[in-house]
Amino acid sequence: MPGLYLHIPFCKQACHYCNFHFSTSLKYRGEMVKAIARELGFRKDYLTDKRLDSIYFGGGTPSLLTAAELAFLFEAISRHFEVSPGAEVTLEANPDDLTPERLASLRQSAVNRLSIGLQSFSEEDLRFFNRAHSADEAARCLDLALEAGFDDLSVDLIYGSPTTTDAQWERNLDEVFRRRIPHLSCYALTVEPQTALDHFVRKGKAPQVDEAQAARQFSYLAQRAASEGYAHYEISNFALPGRYARHNSSYWKGEHYLGVGPSAHSFDGASRQWNVAHNAKYLKALQSESPQGFFEREELSVADRYNEYIMTGLRTSWGVSLEQIQAIDPQAAPHFQREAHIFLEQGQLVQSGGRFFLSPQARFLADGIAAALFW
Amino acid sequence: MKNIRNFCVIAHIDHGKSTLSDRLLEYTKTISEREMQNQALDNMDLERERGITIKSHAIQMYYDRGSDGQKYTFNLIDTPGHVDFSYEVSRSIAACEGALLLVDASQGIQAQTISNLYLAIEHDLEIIPILNKVDMDSAMIDEVSDQIIDLIGCEKEDIILASGKTGRGVPDIMEAIVERIPAPEGDVDAPLQALIFDSVFNPYRGVIAYFRILNGTLNKGDLVRFVNTGKEYEADEVGVLRMSQHPQPKLQAGNVGYIITGIKESKEIKVGDTITTVDRPCENAIQGFEDVKPMVFAGIFPLDNDDFEDLRDSLEKLQLNDASLVFEPETSAALGFGFRCGFLGMLHLEIVQERLFREFNMDVITTVPNVSYNLSTKKGEISTIRTPSELPDHNYIEYVEEPYITAQIITKPDYIGTIMTLCMDKRGTLTKQHYLTPDRVELSFDLPLAEIVFDFYDRLKSISRGYASFDYQPIEYRETDLVKLDIKLNGEPVDALSALVHRSKAEAFGRQICKKLKELLPRQQFVIAIQAAVGAKVIARETISALRKDVTAKCYGGDISRKRKLLEKQKEGKRRMRQFGKVEVPQKAFLDVLKLD
Ligand SMILES: Nc1nc2c(ncn2[C@@H]2O[C@H](COP(=O)(O)OP(=O)(O)OP(=O)(O)O)[C@@H](O)[C@H]2O)c(=O)[nH]1
Ligand code: SF4
Ligand SMILES: [Mg+2]
Repeated sequence: MPGLYLHIPFCKQACHYCNFHFSTSLKYRGEMVKAIARELGFRKDYLTDKRLDSIYFGGGTPSLLTAAELAFLFEAISRHFEVSPGAEVTLEANPDDLTPERLASLRQSAVNRLSIGLQSFSEEDLRFFNRAHSADEAARCLDLALEAGFDDLSVDLIYGSPTTTDAQWERNLDEVFRRRIPHLSCYALTVEPQTALDHFVRKGKAPQVDEAQAARQFSYLAQRAASEGYAHYEISNFALPGRYARHNSSYWKGEHYLGVGPSAHSFDGASRQWNVAHNAKYLKALQSESPQGFFEREELSVADRYNEYIMTGLRTSWGVSLEQIQAIDPQAAPHFQREAHIFLEQGQLVQSGGRFFLSPQARFLADGIAAALFW
Repeated sequence: MKNIRNFCVIAHIDHGKSTLSDRLLEYTKTISEREMQNQALDNMDLERERGITIKSHAIQMYYDRGSDGQKYTFNLIDTPGHVDFSYEVSRSIAACEGALLLVDASQGIQAQTISNLYLAIEHDLEIIPILNKVDMDSAMIDEVSDQIIDLIGCEKEDIILASGKTGRGVPDIMEAIVERIPAPEGDVDAPLQALIFDSVFNPYRGVIAYFRILNGTLNKGDLVRFVNTGKEYEADEVGVLRMSQHPQPKLQAGNVGYIITGIKESKEIKVGDTITTVDRPCENAIQGFEDVKPMVFAGIFPLDNDDFEDLRDSLEKLQLNDASLVFEPETSAALGFGFRCGFLGMLHLEIVQERLFREFNMDVITTVPNVSYNLSTKKGEISTIRTPSELPDHNYIEYVEEPYITAQIITKPDYIGTIMTLCMDKRGTLTKQHYLTPDRVELSFDLPLAEIVFDFYDRLKSISRGYASFDYQPIEYRETDLVKLDIKLNGEPVDALSALVHRSKAEAFGRQICKKLKELLPRQQFVIAIQAAVGAKVIARETISALRKDVTAKCYGGDISRKRKLLEKQKEGKRRMRQFGKVEVPQKAFLDVLKLD
């Protein structure tokens, strides 16, 4: 069953590492919510199957939406789609927004899962990242969310930052595992082009990220998560048994999804399309009589589909299957086997039945290996 | 014939030849407004991207002259200004009776102004001096006029003030072409004698040759003979060169045009050959062109060993359009079969590699270039060294000689000191210092050719803030202390990167190469040791740390196509790599490693 993604393009302040699409001016929030609702109606036929298995409010900072705005969007969703009973409904939230009142109100909404942009429990990290919340708020919001009855929680953490010592990284993980948070996303700090961090690194005002440190902290994370009983089911994602993120998994499993809002991406199996990453342009288009020209589209060739399958599949613990490769194109399977040979020999790929996985040591080298297997 | 004028446009690099040619094309309506673009004759992508002319370009225009009501045919050849393409200029000159000599009014006489002028004078061309870019604020009209008068001994009134930007002076130039440049001489009724001065391979039509008819008439359908090769063909098509090719029933003495005979084999045609008819052949071939003397040599190897024959074919086809390229087969232990090629300079080498890729889809590896050396062994044998592997162990060597050039550098007195320092560093000696005017000085140096082929010109330009121009001629071979510098990657020698260098330069050069390679080689899953060695002695080293992390942290909806494209590019880059031991070297690194800063 397909998923729905809504992009809420506003943030309180810009985190230094972030290259997502957002605006720090909240002026057009109301208009934006209306435009997104309008896009929902406009694009409902993008999905042939109208029963939604997952809904994901991402951003930006969706926790900036008021209860009324959220309700308005839900109303639009249920007007155009059928939300399956038991659908996963996730809202990305920042710790500074998660007050007891806000949590209580969220409990009353259709949201049943929170993905918390927590990043670290260390003040030094948070300042370096330019996050809007403090270390205290980070720890407190988890307890508040649990108290409010949100047991379906996911926490984002960042490692590999020059401010994150190995000891601090261990403490960050302690905080999460101690509370048995069911889902965890951990990202290696990446210097993305055209971010403040990129600028600081170039100017020599921030140190380069140290790959060896990132690799070390990643390997600690993998071992620690395993010993705590978490499945390492995607390079950056960990879950207690059965608590995988359904919506995000659809990206790696090639399932269809509709994305609405500025910069949101959609996939229907044969093509991908993405909306303009520009609030004003998006608003202008969606406020016009017959909205058009607010997205770009790309048809996927057989080679594109194969390449994407390899690239995303190898990131997961499910790996890629020869059968599915065969289904994309009969020529693809022999190509894959030919190219995979060397990695199997080096122990970086592991074969079991008709499936191929990255070995734990090879996970941090996934991109190069995927590229080598490309068509 | 009395209404034909054949002339070329010559100047120092960037003095505005192609831009002024635009104005002439416009004035004569040879090119429509719609077709007009800056430097319209620079029609190769490479020329447009780099903003320089690489190939001479011949084009015909018609001039309706008001004063005598006559119609004139102009054959203009725009030529390149860069030294590496001077062979293009010398061949163009052979097809002309006159030359427009351009001098940039803000730059004055420069080294190639002088060398190209002498080329033209040697061939008895009528020189029309043009002071160009007079629209510029920094134009020094009086001063540069005086320089021109001194140089060619003309009158002040002979110099036309012009601007390729505003079109100023164009009518005067048109008149001067008619009045001053002699009409071609020749006998239309004599046996055909046409000189091939350029050619090009066209995948559909085969070889197209460009020629100048000295005597006789060439008709479409004539049975023609190429005198030197002795081969005979039918003239399937003859015509003149406008913005495109215009077929004609016949062409007569004095004119410039093209011929298509359906030749598919590049070897069957040679620039400098004479075309005549089989029926009534001419008695003598026209004296062809002097053979080119390559300045630098480098190996060119196909990235994929199986492409050797394709590479040969591509080089032969490219040679049709680049008569200054020479090559012969060579083998290398690490790279297999390839060619040792001779070039007129580093830019020429770079352009050849680019053209092989763009026009023939050939991916190649270029080895470190070197000049050629004379070797005398202890046994009294004498030979030429053109690749590093040909340098024997020093026990066998009596002596080695390297080529020297004499360089003329024209600059402002302010820069004499820094230029002297540069030339000394390049093992040069000052032979002459001569003030052209109180403000311009010509310095002459004897320098080893090996020292100027790499970064000399760029350094000269930067230390003189552009106020130095440079020209050179080979003089003689002198004894030298030559060593072979080897580059090793994880202990494995990479012979494509071996170099022949003067002993005093080996260490600095080795260090630079290692440093540059460190930037150019992608990291791999293991540590890569880069070493430069002379014999067994390592003189420089660098290490590239192992790749520890090669994975994107986030890969959600929006990241997928972006990431896929990135990895696809990475994969494409991998295809263009060559492996030495376990170390992969990108094809691009072989050329970029020489761009030392
Ligand atoms: N101001 C001014 N600029 C000019 C004029 N003619 C050319 N330029 C500029 O000078 C530069 C070189 O012009 P080109 O016409 O390419 O020079 P060129 O002599 O053909 O150069 P090569 O063929 O590479 O030797 C370009 O940037 C032109 O725009 C002129 O009359 N006035
Ligand atoms: S990381 Fe999240 S909160 Fe920070 S700027 Fe990016 S989208 Fe906004
Ligand atoms: Mg030019």
